[in-house]
Amino acid sequence: MANATAARVDSPRSPYERRRTTRGNYELYSWVFMRASGVVLLVLIFGHLFVNLMVGDGVHAIDFGFVAGKWANPMWQVWDLLMLWLAMIHGTNGVRTIINDYATRDLTRGVLKGLLYLAFVVVVVLGTLVIFTFDPCPPDAPAELVASFCPA
Amino acid sequence: MPTAPAGTLYRGREGMWSWVAHRVTGVLIFFFLLVHVLDTALVRVSPEAYNAAISTYQTEIMGLGEAGLVAAIVFHAFNGIRILLVDFWAKGPKYQKTMLWVVVGLFVVTMAGFLPRHLINVFTGGH
Repeated sequence: MANATAARVDSPRSPYERRRTTRGNYELYSWVFMRASGVVLLVLIFGHLFVNLMVGDGVHAIDFGFVAGKWANPMWQVWDLLMLWLAMIHGTNGVRTIINDYATRDLTRGVLKGLLYLAFVVVVVLGTLVIFTFDPCPPDAPAELVASFCPA
Repeated sequence: MPTAPAGTLYRGREGMWSWVAHRVTGVLIFFFLLVHVLDTALVRVSPEAYNAAISTYQTEIMGLGEAGLVAAIVFHAFNGIRILLVDFWAKGPKYQKTMLWVVVGLFVVTMAGFLPRHLINVFTGGH
């Protein structure tokens, strides 16, 4: 038969050998991360929504002074930084899974994931810089727009 | 590469539709997140630029959009807990349908707490 050379039959008594994978445990870690970060994000985002949309005048209270007032407190800086990183990794990994599921052409999949990872880097770097370099009292800003603790 | 369709086995009912809803809400939330970080980054440009951008979120239309966004987040969050229970609780798979109706119930209760307050802010508050 034509296939005779391709067949390799183990001897009946050869011990079971687990198939070696060369791909590492990346997908396992990503699966675990989605669950762990999901629980933390539930707390962070529900807290974020409650403080920004439910307390006081809700969405109408949000302006530059509101943000400055929040980030004057290191707790909100850490809160928002953690939320930014966890949500971006969680969301990027979720969209990566969806692209892998539906984009069957190698090129399409590669382009879509390239754009996704580019968006991830831009948004995470920009957001992190904004949290750490934010100036609540920018010079020559009108006094009525900045936080009340700024020198007049 | 052969172009045979990817193997799919959609089984319908609560399990599949909650999975579909989890994906759809997840993608919606992700794209909002990209825009939301960019608009917040305007605080680094100037108070005027930030206030101008955020005031476009304070219209009635966007207020309804925010209600939709919060609904997507609340469903995704509660259904995510259901997924955790299916994965890690021994009886999770057995009760996955029941747990979906618990998710829907918690969703209704949470939105009943959020919507009146938010809609009153949107349609009568401020500006």
